[in-house]
Amino acid sequence: MGLISNGTTLLDAGSLDGGVATGDMILIKTLAASNSSALSFVHGTSSVVLDGTYKEYLFKYINIHPTEVAQLVINFRDGGSNFDATKTSTAYNPYHVEDDTAAGLIYREAWDLAQSTGDQIIAQELGAAADESGSGYLHLFNPADTTFVTHFMGHTAYYQQLGGGGPFGVIYAGYCNTTTAIDGVTFKMSAGNLSTGTIKLYGIK
Amino acid sequence: MAVISNGTTLADAGAMSGLGSLTLIKTLTASSSGTLSFVHGSASVVLDSTYPVYLFKFLNVHAATDTANFTFNGSIDSGSNYNVHKTSSYFYASHEEGGSNGQVSYNTNNDLAQGTGFQIINEECANDGDASGSGEMYLFSPSSTTFLKHFIGRANNYHRANITNDNNFSGYFNTTSAIDAIQFKFSSGNIGSGIIKLYGIKDS
Repeated sequence: MGLISNGTTLLDAGSLDGGVATGDMILIKTLAASNSSALSFVHGTSSVVLDGTYKEYLFKYINIHPTEVAQLVINFRDGGSNFDATKTSTAYNPYHVEDDTAAGLIYREAWDLAQSTGDQIIAQELGAAADESGSGYLHLFNPADTTFVTHFMGHTAYYQQLGGGGPFGVIYAGYCNTTTAIDGVTFKMSAGNLSTGTIKLYGIK
Repeated sequence: MAVISNGTTLADAGAMSGLGSLTLIKTLTASSSGTLSFVHGSASVVLDSTYPVYLFKFLNVHAATDTANFTFNGSIDSGSNYNVHKTSSYFYASHEEGGSNGQVSYNTNNDLAQGTGFQIINEECANDGDASGSGEMYLFSPSSTTFLKHFIGRANNYHRANITNDNNFSGYFNTTSAIDAIQFKFSSGNIGSGIIKLYGIKDS
């Protein structure tokens, strides 16, 4: 049975009619970690859309909890099967330890990249105790474009286990220095696995 | 006929409610454009009390002229003038492709103190073929006639010297008049190409 209001079909055959306005931030895919070596979003795989359908994509990573203290990292795929796009990036770090003995904001040269194909750090020494995790967001702009470099920017809030322990942040941004389309993004730990956590991919119309 | 469940209207007048809070209002595409302007009531732009928060997205904004700054300003007279007093802050992180000069710094050259000039979003943009900037800016309650109007933005830019810049700016339009238009432009030359989108964010 369809649902028709004011002459407009809203629901029919188990789904919304294509003409119904649904909002312009569209959930594309949710991946949940379960002792996973990586969570990867690849266009055309497992219903993932990461192409010219949207001009902007937004990842939300929620309570990422590692199997051991390590770095949470990301990387981008630019056509091949490997996540190894060349990147130049910035990274800085607000921090405050729980015993209140240290707090500040510092640029982290060890966490940025200069024309590197390596992984971008988005959480350093992410805590692995039972209640420790990290959450944040990553914007990826116009990844299918083949004229310009592809910009990204993100912010992670997390519990850093070392250095006194407490709330830390990594505020990072940069560009994949390629005019090849970016068609995949991977999240993983520098050592060990993603024990639990959720990563959601949205398209912004 | 409306569909009402537990006192909540789910569907009425040919539309469903509650299916998403981010609403695309307008997309402008630059093509060697001097400016891109969003004026309430013009060309289907909504920039009034319909939404409590507005969000602009800048996608691959490309400068026609090397070293120009990408900027914005607001209007209280439907775009006749873009010269609202603003006080703002500006900091950035930068890093050269060669690996040097990684830093995060406050930039006093790019903030405003009751200035009526345009607020810098991206400084010294490269006009190389693959260079551009992308980011976003929130504008809060622009139609308020009680409070000043806050904005918060962040954009990543390909700087003229092969540098990535993570630019962060925020501040307020220091007026109790409604802001009813926003204009984007480069400090010199045209917007060679790029897209700017305006969204409204619902509060209910």
